[in-house]
Amino acid sequence: MDQIIRDNTEKHEFLVHRSVFSDKEILARERAEIFNKCWLFIGHETEIPELGDYKRKKVGGRNLLFVHSQDGEIRALYNTCPHRGALVCRENEGNSRVFRCFYHAWSFKNDGELVGMPGKDGFPEDFNDEGTKNMKAVNRIENYRGFMFVNFDENAISLDEYLGNAKEYIDLVVDQSENGLEALGGVQEYSVRANWKLLAENSVDLYHGMPTHKTYFDIKQAQDPNLKRVKLEGKGIELDNGHGVIEYVAPWGRPVAQWTPIWDEKFKADMEEMKVKLADRFGEERADRIANYNRNIVIFPNLVINDIMAVTARTFYPTSPGYMEVSGYSLAPKGENEKHRLARNNNFLEFLGPGGFATPDDNEALELCQEAYNNNQEVEWNDISKGMVRGEGNALATDEVQMRNFWRQYNTRIQESLEKEAALK
Amino acid sequence: MTVTTVTRQDVVDFLYREAKILDEWQLNEWAALFTDDATYTVPPLGDPNADATKSLYYVHDNRARLQERAERLLKKEAHVEYPHSTTTRNVHNIIVSNLDSDVITVECNFTTHRTKREVVDTFIGRNEYEIVLENNGFAIKSKKVILNLDSLRPHGKISLIL
Ligand code: FES
Ligand SMILES: [Fe+2]
Repeated sequence: MDQIIRDNTEKHEFLVHRSVFSDKEILARERAEIFNKCWLFIGHETEIPELGDYKRKKVGGRNLLFVHSQDGEIRALYNTCPHRGALVCRENEGNSRVFRCFYHAWSFKNDGELVGMPGKDGFPEDFNDEGTKNMKAVNRIENYRGFMFVNFDENAISLDEYLGNAKEYIDLVVDQSENGLEALGGVQEYSVRANWKLLAENSVDLYHGMPTHKTYFDIKQAQDPNLKRVKLEGKGIELDNGHGVIEYVAPWGRPVAQWTPIWDEKFKADMEEMKVKLADRFGEERADRIANYNRNIVIFPNLVINDIMAVTARTFYPTSPGYMEVSGYSLAPKGENEKHRLARNNNFLEFLGPGGFATPDDNEALELCQEAYNNNQEVEWNDISKGMVRGEGNALATDEVQMRNFWRQYNTRIQESLEKEAALK
Repeated sequence: MTVTTVTRQDVVDFLYREAKILDEWQLNEWAALFTDDATYTVPPLGDPNADATKSLYYVHDNRARLQERAERLLKKEAHVEYPHSTTTRNVHNIIVSNLDSDVITVECNFTTHRTKREVVDTFIGRNEYEIVLENNGFAIKSKKVILNLDSLRPHGKISLIL
Protein backbone atom coordinates (compact mmCIF):
# COMPACT_ATOMS: atom_id res chain seq x y z
CA MET A 1 0.00 0.00 0.00
CA ASP A 2 1.59 3.31 -1.00
CA GLN A 3 -1.05 5.72 0.26
CA ILE A 4 -3.38 5.62 3.20
CA ILE A 5 -5.33 8.73 2.20
CA ARG A 6 -6.40 9.88 -1.26
CA ASP A 7 -7.17 13.57 -1.03
CA ASN A 8 -8.14 15.21 -4.31
CA THR A 9 -9.75 18.62 -3.97
CA GLU A 10 -10.27 19.03 -7.71
CA LYS A 11 -12.17 15.78 -8.03
CA HIS A 12 -13.85 16.31 -4.65
CA GLU A 13 -12.56 12.94 -3.62
CA PHE A 14 -11.41 11.92 -0.15
CA LEU A 15 -10.68 8.28 0.55
CA VAL A 16 -9.23 6.50 3.57
CA HIS A 17 -7.60 3.12 3.10
CA ARG A 18 -9.37 0.58 5.28
CA SER A 19 -6.13 -1.09 6.33
CA VAL A 20 -5.77 1.69 8.92
CA PHE A 21 -8.60 0.07 10.86
CA SER A 22 -7.29 -3.45 10.92
CA ASP A 23 -3.52 -3.50 10.45
CA LYS A 24 -1.37 -4.25 13.52
CA GLU A 25 1.67 -2.46 12.10
CA ILE A 26 -0.38 0.66 11.61
CA LEU A 27 -1.44 0.46 15.26
CA ALA A 28 2.20 0.20 16.36
CA ARG A 29 2.95 3.27 14.26
CA GLU A 30 0.01 5.13 15.78
CA ARG A 31 1.37 4.40 19.24
CA ALA A 32 4.79 5.73 18.28
CA GLU A 33 3.80 8.71 16.17
CA ILE A 34 0.50 9.77 17.70
CA PHE A 35 -0.10 8.51 21.23
CA ASN A 36 3.53 9.02 22.29
CA LYS A 37 3.67 12.54 20.86
CA CYS A 38 0.28 14.23 21.10
CA TRP A 39 -1.42 15.80 24.11
CA LEU A 40 -3.75 13.23 25.67
CA PHE A 41 -6.60 13.99 28.07
CA ILE A 42 -6.03 12.50 31.53
CA GLY A 43 -8.98 13.95 33.42
CA HIS A 44 -10.65 17.03 34.82
CA GLU A 45 -9.02 19.00 37.64
CA THR A 46 -12.25 18.79 39.69
CA GLU A 47 -11.91 15.01 39.95
CA ILE A 48 -9.16 15.53 42.54
CA PRO A 49 -10.06 18.83 44.24
CA GLU A 50 -8.43 18.28 47.67
CA LEU A 51 -4.79 17.79 48.62
CA GLY A 52 -4.12 14.06 48.62
CA ASP A 53 -6.98 13.19 46.26
CA TYR A 54 -6.01 10.68 43.62
CA LYS A 55 -7.53 8.60 40.85
CA ARG A 56 -6.01 5.87 38.74
CA LYS A 57 -6.14 6.62 35.02
CA LYS A 58 -5.19 4.69 31.92
CA VAL A 59 -3.77 7.11 29.37
CA GLY A 60 -2.02 6.23 26.14
CA GLY A 61 -1.64 2.65 27.33
CA ARG A 62 0.07 3.68 30.59
CA ASN A 63 -1.16 3.13 34.16
CA LEU A 64 -1.08 6.57 35.71
CA LEU A 65 -1.90 7.96 39.11
CA PHE A 66 -3.58 11.35 38.73
CA VAL A 67 -2.84 12.97 42.07
CA HIS A 68 -3.21 16.28 43.87
CA SER A 69 0.10 16.31 45.74
CA GLN A 70 0.57 17.86 49.18
CA ASP A 71 2.51 20.79 47.64
CA GLY A 72 -0.64 21.73 45.69
CA GLU A 73 0.61 20.52 42.30
CA ILE A 74 -1.43 18.13 40.21
CA ARG A 75 0.81 15.34 38.96
CA ALA A 76 0.56 12.23 36.82
CA LEU A 77 2.75 9.56 38.39
CA TYR A 78 3.56 6.35 36.58
CA ASN A 79 1.88 3.81 38.81
CA THR A 80 4.84 1.46 38.98
CA CYS A 81 7.28 0.84 41.78
CA PRO A 82 10.84 1.99 41.05
CA HIS A 83 12.02 -1.09 42.97
CA ARG A 84 10.74 -4.02 40.97
CA GLY A 85 7.82 -2.66 39.12
CA ALA A 86 4.68 -3.62 41.02
CA LEU A 87 1.63 -1.45 40.66
CA VAL A 88 1.93 0.79 43.72
CA CYS A 89 -1.61 2.08 44.15
CA ARG A 90 -4.36 -0.49 43.82
CA GLU A 91 -7.40 1.52 44.85
CA ASN A 92 -9.17 3.20 41.97
CA GLU A 93 -9.51 6.47 43.85
CA GLY A 94 -9.18 7.96 47.28
CA ASN A 95 -7.20 10.37 49.39
CA SER A 96 -3.76 9.63 50.80
CA ARG A 97 -0.52 11.37 51.76
CA VAL A 98 1.45 8.20 51.15
CA PHE A 99 1.40 5.37 48.65
CA ARG A 100 2.89 2.12 49.79
CA CYS A 101 3.94 -0.68 47.51
CA PHE A 102 2.94 -3.91 49.22
CA TYR A 103 5.63 -6.12 47.67
CA HIS A 104 8.69 -4.99 49.68
CA ALA A 105 6.93 -2.11 51.42
CA TRP A 106 8.64 0.89 49.89
CA SER A 107 6.55 3.96 50.51
CA PHE A 108 6.24 7.24 48.66
CA LYS A 109 4.85 10.69 49.39
CA ASN A 110 2.01 11.73 47.13
CA ASP A 111 4.45 13.68 44.98
CA GLY A 112 6.31 10.43 44.32
CA GLU A 113 9.30 10.87 46.67
CA LEU A 114 10.59 7.69 48.32
CA VAL A 115 10.21 8.13 52.08
CA GLY A 116 10.46 4.68 53.52
CA MET A 117 11.98 1.27 52.83
CA PRO A 118 12.63 -1.67 55.12
CA GLY A 119 16.24 -2.89 55.45
CA LYS A 120 17.84 0.42 54.57
CA ASP A 121 21.23 -0.81 55.78
CA GLY A 122 21.42 -3.06 52.76
CA PHE A 123 21.62 -0.08 50.38
CA PRO A 124 24.28 2.64 49.97
CA GLU A 125 23.73 5.98 51.65
CA ASP A 126 23.43 7.88 48.39
CA PHE A 127 20.95 5.31 47.07
CA ASN A 128 18.31 7.87 46.06
CA ASP A 129 20.43 11.00 45.74
CA GLU A 130 19.54 11.25 42.08
CA GLY A 131 15.86 10.70 42.76
CA THR A 132 15.81 7.61 40.56
CA LYS A 133 14.06 5.64 43.28
CA ASN A 134 11.12 8.02 43.47
CA MET A 135 7.93 7.22 41.63
CA LYS A 136 8.41 8.84 38.27
CA ALA A 137 6.05 11.60 37.11
CA VAL A 138 5.02 12.39 33.54
CA ASN A 139 7.12 15.47 32.79
CA ARG A 140 4.55 17.27 30.72
CA ILE A 141 1.14 17.83 32.30
CA GLU A 142 -0.82 20.96 31.41
CA ASN A 143 -4.27 22.37 32.07
CA TYR A 144 -6.67 24.25 29.85
CA ARG A 145 -9.67 25.57 31.77
CA GLY A 146 -9.87 22.49 33.94
CA PHE A 147 -9.20 19.92 31.21
CA MET A 148 -5.89 18.27 32.03
CA PHE A 149 -3.63 16.67 29.47
CA VAL A 150 -0.34 14.79 29.52
CA ASN A 151 2.26 14.40 26.81
CA PHE A 152 4.87 11.63 26.82
CA ASP A 153 7.09 13.63 24.46
CA GLU A 154 9.22 15.97 26.55
CA ASN A 155 9.84 18.23 23.57
CA ALA A 156 6.22 18.68 22.61
CA ILE A 157 4.84 22.16 21.95
CA SER A 158 2.77 23.62 24.80
CA LEU A 159 -0.82 22.47 25.29
CA ASP A 160 -1.95 26.01 24.60
CA GLU A 161 -0.25 26.05 21.22
CA TYR A 162 -1.40 22.50 20.48
CA LEU A 163 -5.07 23.30 21.11
CA GLY A 164 -4.73 26.44 18.97
CA ASN A 165 -8.07 27.79 17.77
CA ALA A 166 -9.92 24.81 19.29
CA LYS A 167 -9.68 26.82 22.52
CA GLU A 168 -12.39 29.14 21.24
CA TYR A 169 -14.84 26.23 21.26
CA ILE A 170 -13.72 24.86 24.61
CA ASP A 171 -14.25 28.39 25.96
CA LEU A 172 -17.83 28.38 24.67
CA VAL A 173 -18.45 25.15 26.59
CA VAL A 174 -16.83 26.31 29.83
CA ASP A 175 -18.30 29.83 29.71
CA GLN A 176 -21.81 28.46 30.20
CA SER A 177 -20.92 28.35 33.90
CA GLU A 178 -19.90 31.34 36.01
CA ASN A 179 -17.79 29.08 38.24
CA GLY A 180 -16.33 26.67 35.74
CA LEU A 181 -17.31 23.07 35.09
CA GLU A 182 -16.97 20.05 37.32
CA ALA A 183 -16.78 16.36 36.47
CA LEU A 184 -19.52 14.19 37.93
CA GLY A 185 -18.73 10.93 39.69
CA GLY A 186 -19.37 7.65 37.92
CA VAL A 187 -17.09 8.03 34.90
CA GLN A 188 -18.46 5.49 32.43
CA GLU A 189 -15.79 2.95 31.57
CA TYR A 190 -16.89 0.99 28.52
CA SER A 191 -15.55 -0.30 25.24
CA VAL A 192 -16.34 -0.71 21.58
CA ARG A 193 -15.26 -3.64 19.46
CA ALA A 194 -14.06 -1.31 16.75
CA ASN A 195 -11.09 0.78 15.73
CA TRP A 196 -10.58 3.93 17.82
CA LYS A 197 -10.61 6.30 14.84
CA LEU A 198 -14.17 5.30 14.05
CA LEU A 199 -15.26 6.87 17.35
CA ALA A 200 -13.33 10.06 16.62
CA GLU A 201 -15.24 10.27 13.32
CA ASN A 202 -18.59 9.26 14.77
CA SER A 203 -18.44 11.87 17.53
CA VAL A 204 -18.37 14.73 15.01
CA ASP A 205 -20.63 13.08 12.44
CA LEU A 206 -24.03 14.75 12.14
CA TYR A 207 -24.77 13.01 8.83
CA HIS A 208 -25.58 9.79 10.71
CA GLY A 209 -27.84 11.56 13.23
CA MET A 210 -31.20 10.93 11.62
CA PRO A 211 -30.79 7.42 10.23
CA THR A 212 -28.88 5.98 13.19
CA HIS A 213 -30.84 7.75 15.92
CA LYS A 214 -34.33 7.73 14.43
CA THR A 215 -35.80 6.09 17.53
CA TYR A 216 -34.46 8.92 19.69
CA PHE A 217 -35.93 11.61 17.45
CA ASP A 218 -39.25 9.70 17.35
CA ILE A 219 -39.30 9.89 21.14
CA LYS A 220 -38.52 13.61 21.08
CA GLN A 221 -41.37 14.18 18.64
CA ALA A 222 -43.81 12.21 20.77
CA GLN A 223 -42.85 14.34 23.79
CA ASP A 224 -43.29 17.60 21.92
CA PRO A 225 -46.14 17.73 19.40
CA ASN A 226 -44.92 21.19 18.32
CA LEU A 227 -41.72 19.68 17.06
CA LYS A 228 -42.86 19.35 13.46
CA ARG A 229 -39.61 18.74 11.73
CA VAL A 230 -36.31 17.78 13.24
CA LYS A 231 -33.74 20.32 12.22
CA LEU A 232 -30.00 19.75 12.50
CA GLU A 233 -28.40 22.78 10.89
CA GLY A 234 -25.07 24.51 11.21
CA LYS A 235 -21.43 24.47 10.18
CA GLY A 236 -18.56 22.03 10.05
CA ILE A 237 -15.19 23.64 10.78
CA GLU A 238 -11.57 22.47 10.53
CA LEU A 239 -9.37 23.60 13.40
CA ASP A 240 -5.62 23.64 14.09
CA ASN A 241 -3.54 20.46 14.43
CA GLY A 242 -6.24 18.03 13.31
CA HIS A 243 -8.94 19.24 15.69
CA GLY A 244 -12.42 19.90 14.33
CA VAL A 245 -15.90 20.96 15.35
CA ILE A 246 -19.50 21.01 14.23
CA GLU A 247 -21.67 23.83 15.55
CA TYR A 248 -25.42 23.56 14.97
CA VAL A 249 -28.96 23.87 16.26
CA ALA A 250 -30.91 20.78 17.29
CA PRO A 251 -34.36 19.98 18.71
CA TRP A 252 -33.26 18.63 22.07
CA GLY A 253 -33.15 20.73 25.23
CA ARG A 254 -29.93 22.25 26.53
CA PRO A 255 -29.44 22.67 30.28
CA VAL A 256 -28.02 26.12 29.44
CA ALA A 257 -30.60 27.52 28.43
CA GLN A 258 -32.98 25.87 25.95
CA TRP A 259 -36.03 24.35 27.58
CA THR A 260 -37.49 20.98 26.52
CA PRO A 261 -40.86 19.38 27.39
CA ILE A 262 -39.36 16.57 29.51
CA TRP A 263 -38.46 19.25 32.06
CA ASP A 264 -40.60 21.01 34.65
CA GLU A 265 -42.54 24.00 33.24
CA LYS A 266 -40.97 26.09 35.98
CA PHE A 267 -37.54 25.73 34.40
CA LYS A 268 -38.69 27.84 31.46
CA ALA A 269 -38.36 30.99 33.53
CA ASP A 270 -35.02 29.82 34.94
CA MET A 271 -33.71 29.30 31.42
CA GLU A 272 -34.77 32.80 30.41
CA GLU A 273 -32.95 34.13 33.43
CA MET A 274 -29.82 32.16 32.54
CA LYS A 275 -29.89 33.65 29.07
CA VAL A 276 -30.14 37.18 30.42
CA LYS A 277 -27.16 36.53 32.68
CA LEU A 278 -25.17 35.14 29.76
CA ALA A 279 -26.01 38.21 27.69
CA ASP A 280 -24.81 40.42 30.55
CA ARG A 281 -21.52 38.58 30.66
CA PHE A 282 -20.87 38.11 26.96
CA GLY A 283 -23.33 40.17 24.88
CA GLU A 284 -26.34 38.86 22.95
CA GLU A 285 -24.53 37.15 20.13
CA ARG A 286 -22.13 35.07 22.18
CA ALA A 287 -24.87 34.33 24.73
CA ASP A 288 -27.04 32.95 21.91
CA ARG A 289 -24.16 30.81 20.72
CA ILE A 290 -23.49 29.43 24.20
CA ALA A 291 -27.14 28.75 24.96
CA ASN A 292 -28.69 27.66 21.68
CA TYR A 293 -25.89 26.12 19.64
CA ASN A 294 -24.52 22.62 20.06
CA ARG A 295 -20.86 21.81 19.66
CA ASN A 296 -19.19 18.49 18.99
CA ILE A 297 -15.45 19.02 19.27
CA VAL A 298 -12.77 16.48 18.46
CA ILE A 299 -9.31 17.22 19.87
CA PHE A 300 -6.79 15.15 17.93
CA PRO A 301 -6.29 12.31 18.48
CA ASN A 302 -8.64 10.89 21.12
CA LEU A 303 -10.63 13.47 23.04
CA VAL A 304 -14.18 14.44 22.23
CA ILE A 305 -16.01 17.23 24.05
CA ASN A 306 -19.67 17.28 23.14
CA ASP A 307 -21.75 20.19 24.37
CA ILE A 308 -25.13 18.90 23.27
CA MET A 309 -28.15 17.84 25.41
CA ALA A 310 -25.60 17.81 28.25
CA VAL A 311 -21.83 18.11 28.28
CA THR A 312 -19.84 14.94 27.85
CA ALA A 313 -16.15 14.33 27.32
CA ARG A 314 -14.93 11.00 26.07
CA THR A 315 -11.48 9.66 25.54
CA PHE A 316 -10.55 6.33 24.00
CA TYR A 317 -7.53 4.18 23.39
CA PRO A 318 -6.95 1.10 21.23
CA THR A 319 -5.76 -2.10 22.87
CA SER A 320 -5.90 -3.77 19.45
CA PRO A 321 -6.92 -2.56 15.98
CA GLY A 322 -10.46 -3.81 16.53
CA TYR A 323 -11.04 -2.86 20.17
CA MET A 324 -10.97 0.37 22.12
CA GLU A 325 -11.46 1.28 25.74
CA VAL A 326 -13.62 4.36 26.27
CA SER A 327 -14.00 6.60 29.31
CA GLY A 328 -17.09 8.80 29.25
CA TYR A 329 -17.41 11.85 31.51
CA SER A 330 -20.29 14.12 32.35
CA LEU A 331 -19.42 17.76 33.02
CA ALA A 332 -21.71 20.34 34.56
CA PRO A 333 -21.53 23.82 36.07
CA LYS A 334 -19.98 23.85 39.53
CA GLY A 335 -22.58 24.58 42.16
CA GLU A 336 -25.50 23.90 39.81
CA ASN A 337 -28.92 23.88 41.51
CA GLU A 338 -29.92 20.28 42.35
CA LYS A 339 -33.12 20.24 40.34
CA HIS A 340 -31.32 21.54 37.30
CA ARG A 341 -28.61 18.96 37.80
CA LEU A 342 -31.19 16.16 37.80
CA ALA A 343 -32.85 17.63 34.71
CA ARG A 344 -29.47 17.81 33.01
CA ASN A 345 -28.64 14.21 33.89
CA ASN A 346 -32.08 13.14 32.73
CA ASN A 347 -31.35 14.76 29.38
CA PHE A 348 -27.88 13.19 29.25
CA LEU A 349 -29.14 9.68 29.88
CA GLU A 350 -31.91 9.87 27.32
CA PHE A 351 -29.33 9.99 24.54
CA LEU A 352 -25.83 9.41 25.89
CA GLY A 353 -23.84 6.68 27.53
CA PRO A 354 -23.94 2.88 27.44
CA GLY A 355 -27.53 2.85 28.75
CA GLY A 356 -28.82 5.75 26.63
CA PHE A 357 -31.16 5.60 23.65
CA ALA A 358 -28.46 6.60 21.15
CA THR A 359 -24.90 5.69 22.17
CA PRO A 360 -25.50 1.91 21.96
CA ASP A 361 -26.64 2.35 18.36
CA ASP A 362 -23.42 4.23 17.61
CA ASN A 363 -21.45 1.35 19.11
CA GLU A 364 -23.37 -1.02 16.88
CA ALA A 365 -22.64 1.04 13.76
CA LEU A 366 -18.92 1.09 14.58
CA GLU A 367 -18.85 -2.63 15.32
CA LEU A 368 -20.58 -3.42 12.03
CA CYS A 369 -17.98 -1.33 10.16
CA GLN A 370 -15.19 -3.16 11.95
CA GLU A 371 -16.68 -6.57 11.26
CA ALA A 372 -17.09 -5.83 7.58
CA TYR A 373 -13.47 -4.67 7.26
CA ASN A 374 -12.78 -8.39 6.90
CA ASN A 375 -13.37 -7.55 3.26
CA ASN A 376 -10.50 -5.04 3.16
CA GLN A 377 -8.45 -7.04 0.73
CA GLU A 378 -11.00 -6.53 -2.03
CA VAL A 379 -12.99 -3.50 -0.88
CA GLU A 380 -10.32 -1.03 0.09
CA TRP A 381 -11.53 2.53 0.58
CA ASN A 382 -13.82 4.53 2.90
CA ASP A 383 -15.43 7.66 1.47
CA ILE A 384 -15.23 10.85 3.53
CA SER A 385 -15.93 13.40 0.82
CA LYS A 386 -19.29 14.83 1.85
CA GLY A 387 -19.33 18.60 1.38
CA MET A 388 -16.12 18.90 -0.64
CA VAL A 389 -18.21 20.09 -3.56
CA ARG A 390 -19.15 23.12 -1.46
CA GLY A 391 -15.51 24.03 -0.70
CA GLU A 392 -13.96 23.37 2.72
CA GLY A 393 -14.85 26.84 4.02
CA ASN A 394 -18.56 26.40 3.33
CA ALA A 395 -19.14 23.03 4.94
CA LEU A 396 -22.42 22.28 6.64
CA ALA A 397 -22.53 20.59 10.02
CA THR A 398 -23.79 17.47 8.22
CA ASP A 399 -20.70 17.52 5.96
CA GLU A 400 -17.37 15.90 6.73
CA VAL A 401 -14.68 18.59 6.64
CA GLN A 402 -14.03 18.17 10.38
CA MET A 403 -13.26 14.50 9.75
CA ARG A 404 -11.10 15.16 6.71
CA ASN A 405 -9.10 17.56 8.86
CA PHE A 406 -8.56 14.79 11.43
CA TRP A 407 -7.47 12.42 8.68
CA ARG A 408 -5.14 14.97 7.08
CA GLN A 409 -3.35 15.38 10.41
CA TYR A 410 -3.31 11.62 10.85
CA ASN A 411 -1.89 11.17 7.39
CA THR A 412 0.87 13.71 7.95
CA ARG A 413 2.03 11.92 11.08
CA ILE A 414 1.79 8.36 9.76
CA GLN A 415 2.95 9.07 6.22
CA GLU A 416 6.00 11.01 7.42
CA SER A 417 7.10 8.09 9.53
CA LEU A 418 6.54 5.66 6.67
CA GLU A 419 8.61 7.83 4.36
CA LYS A 420 11.40 8.28 6.90
CA GLU A 421 11.60 4.54 7.23
CA ALA A 422 11.58 3.98 3.47
CA ALA A 423 14.45 6.48 3.08
CA LEU A 424 16.53 4.51 5.59
CA LYS A 425 16.11 1.25 3.69
CA MET B 1 -54.09 -12.83 46.11
CA THR B 2 -54.43 -10.63 49.18
CA VAL B 3 -51.83 -9.32 51.57
CA THR B 4 -52.41 -12.18 53.98
CA THR B 5 -52.15 -14.94 51.40
CA VAL B 6 -48.96 -13.81 49.63
CA THR B 7 -46.20 -16.36 49.94
CA ARG B 8 -42.51 -16.27 49.20
CA GLN B 9 -43.14 -18.66 46.34
CA ASP B 10 -45.52 -16.15 44.73
CA VAL B 11 -42.74 -13.56 44.74
CA VAL B 12 -40.21 -16.02 43.33
CA ASP B 13 -42.63 -17.00 40.57
CA PHE B 14 -43.12 -13.32 39.77
CA LEU B 15 -39.37 -12.79 39.35
CA TYR B 16 -39.12 -15.84 37.11
CA ARG B 17 -41.98 -14.55 35.04
CA GLU B 18 -40.30 -11.15 34.62
CA ALA B 19 -37.08 -12.88 33.50
CA LYS B 20 -39.02 -15.04 31.04
CA ILE B 21 -40.92 -12.21 29.39
CA LEU B 22 -37.69 -10.25 28.99
CA ASP B 23 -36.03 -13.29 27.42
CA GLU B 24 -39.03 -13.54 25.09
CA TRP B 25 -38.78 -9.86 24.17
CA GLN B 26 -42.30 -9.12 25.40
CA LEU B 27 -41.18 -5.69 26.43
CA ASN B 28 -44.58 -3.98 26.58
CA GLU B 29 -45.67 -6.71 28.96
CA TRP B 30 -42.53 -6.03 30.97
CA ALA B 31 -43.31 -2.31 31.24
CA ALA B 32 -46.86 -3.20 32.31
CA LEU B 33 -45.43 -4.88 35.42
CA PHE B 34 -44.54 -1.46 36.85
CA THR B 35 -46.63 0.94 38.93
CA ASP B 36 -47.45 4.43 37.64
CA ASP B 37 -44.78 6.00 39.86
CA ALA B 38 -42.18 3.29 39.24
CA THR B 39 -38.45 3.72 38.71
CA TYR B 40 -35.89 1.52 36.98
CA THR B 41 -32.26 2.39 37.71
CA VAL B 42 -28.73 1.16 37.07
CA PRO B 43 -26.33 3.04 39.38
CA PRO B 44 -22.65 3.69 38.61
CA LEU B 45 -20.37 0.69 39.11
CA GLY B 46 -19.12 0.28 42.66
CA ASP B 47 -21.44 2.99 44.01
CA PRO B 48 -24.95 1.51 44.29
CA ASN B 49 -26.27 4.31 46.49
CA ALA B 50 -24.73 7.16 44.53
CA ASP B 51 -26.34 10.59 44.79
CA ALA B 52 -27.89 11.15 41.36
CA THR B 53 -27.03 14.86 41.49
CA LYS B 54 -23.33 14.14 42.01
CA SER B 55 -22.80 10.97 40.02
CA LEU B 56 -23.98 9.77 36.68
CA TYR B 57 -26.17 6.68 36.63
CA TYR B 58 -26.24 4.40 33.59
CA VAL B 59 -30.02 4.27 33.69
CA HIS B 60 -32.26 6.51 35.79
CA ASP B 61 -35.73 5.88 34.35
CA ASN B 62 -39.02 7.15 35.63
CA ARG B 63 -42.21 5.41 34.48
CA ALA B 64 -42.43 7.35 31.20
CA ARG B 65 -38.78 6.71 30.34
CA LEU B 66 -38.99 2.98 31.01
CA GLN B 67 -42.00 2.78 28.73
CA GLU B 68 -40.03 4.61 26.01
CA ARG B 69 -37.13 2.22 26.60
CA ALA B 70 -39.35 -0.82 26.14
CA GLU B 71 -41.06 0.53 23.02
CA ARG B 72 -37.81 1.72 21.45
CA LEU B 73 -36.20 -1.69 21.76
CA LEU B 74 -39.05 -3.28 19.84
CA LYS B 75 -38.41 -1.10 16.81
CA LYS B 76 -36.35 -2.22 13.88
CA GLU B 77 -34.44 1.08 14.10
CA ALA B 78 -33.14 0.25 17.58
CA HIS B 79 -30.15 -0.98 15.61
CA VAL B 80 -28.14 -2.37 18.50
CA GLU B 81 -30.89 -4.89 19.21
CA TYR B 82 -31.88 -5.61 15.64
CA PRO B 83 -32.02 -8.44 14.92
CA HIS B 84 -32.80 -9.11 18.58
CA SER B 85 -30.02 -10.61 20.62
CA THR B 86 -30.68 -13.89 22.38
CA THR B 87 -30.71 -13.66 26.14
CA THR B 88 -30.72 -16.03 29.07
CA ARG B 89 -31.64 -14.53 32.40
CA ASN B 90 -31.17 -16.41 35.65
CA VAL B 91 -32.16 -15.14 39.09
CA HIS B 92 -30.93 -16.76 42.25
CA ASN B 93 -30.21 -16.24 45.97
CA ILE B 94 -33.63 -14.67 46.32
CA ILE B 95 -34.27 -13.00 49.66
CA VAL B 96 -37.81 -11.77 50.28
CA SER B 97 -38.49 -9.39 53.17
CA ASN B 98 -41.54 -7.66 54.59
CA LEU B 99 -43.96 -10.13 53.01
CA ASP B 100 -46.80 -8.90 55.18
CA SER B 101 -46.31 -5.16 54.66
CA ASP B 102 -47.50 -2.85 51.86
CA VAL B 103 -44.13 -2.84 50.16
CA ILE B 104 -42.39 -6.17 49.79
CA THR B 105 -38.64 -5.87 49.35
CA VAL B 106 -36.71 -8.41 47.35
CA GLU B 107 -33.02 -8.89 46.74
CA CYS B 108 -31.63 -11.40 44.31
CA ASN B 109 -28.51 -12.11 42.31
CA PHE B 110 -28.79 -12.24 38.56
CA THR B 111 -26.83 -13.50 35.60
CA THR B 112 -27.84 -12.30 32.18
CA HIS B 113 -26.12 -13.71 29.13
CA ARG B 114 -26.55 -11.88 25.84
CA THR B 115 -25.46 -13.42 22.59
CA LYS B 116 -25.29 -11.69 19.26
CA ARG B 117 -23.09 -12.22 16.22
CA GLU B 118 -21.36 -15.14 17.96
CA VAL B 119 -20.26 -13.05 20.93
CA VAL B 120 -21.53 -13.76 24.43
CA ASP B 121 -21.54 -10.97 26.99
CA THR B 122 -22.43 -11.76 30.58
CA PHE B 123 -23.87 -9.24 33.00
CA ILE B 124 -23.74 -10.20 36.67
CA GLY B 125 -25.00 -8.43 39.74
CA ARG B 126 -27.75 -7.97 42.23
CA ASN B 127 -31.29 -6.65 41.87
CA GLU B 128 -33.22 -4.79 44.52
CA TYR B 129 -36.98 -4.58 44.12
CA GLU B 130 -39.84 -2.90 45.87
CA ILE B 131 -43.01 -4.78 45.02
CA VAL B 132 -46.59 -3.85 45.85
CA LEU B 133 -49.97 -5.49 45.38
CA GLU B 134 -52.11 -3.94 42.69
CA ASN B 135 -55.25 -5.30 41.01
CA ASN B 136 -54.85 -8.67 42.71
CA GLY B 137 -51.32 -9.10 41.47
CA PHE B 138 -47.81 -7.84 42.01
CA ALA B 139 -46.48 -4.59 40.57
CA ILE B 140 -42.92 -3.30 40.66
CA LYS B 141 -42.52 0.05 42.36
CA SER B 142 -38.77 0.18 41.95
CA LYS B 143 -36.10 -1.97 40.42
CA LYS B 144 -32.45 -1.21 40.98
CA VAL B 145 -29.86 -3.19 39.05
CA ILE B 146 -26.48 -3.23 40.77
CA LEU B 147 -23.87 -4.52 38.35
CA ASN B 148 -21.02 -6.41 39.95
CA LEU B 149 -18.55 -5.51 37.24
CA ASP B 150 -15.36 -3.40 37.28
CA SER B 151 -16.27 -1.78 33.98
CA LEU B 152 -18.54 -2.33 31.00
CA ARG B 153 -15.72 -4.06 29.15
CA PRO B 154 -15.97 -5.89 26.93
CA HIS B 155 -19.77 -5.48 26.91
CA GLY B 156 -19.56 -1.85 25.85
CA LYS B 157 -23.21 -1.08 26.45
CA ILE B 158 -26.35 -1.84 28.39
CA SER B 159 -28.63 -2.10 25.40
CA LEU B 160 -30.80 -4.74 27.07
CA ILE B 161 -33.22 -4.23 29.87
CA LEU B 162 -31.42 -5.92 32.72
S1 FES C 1 8.37 -3.85 43.99
FE1 FES C 1 7.63 -2.24 45.19
S2 FES C 1 8.77 -2.45 47.02
FE2 FES C 1 9.56 -4.00 45.78
FE1 LIG D 1 -24.47 8.90 17.08
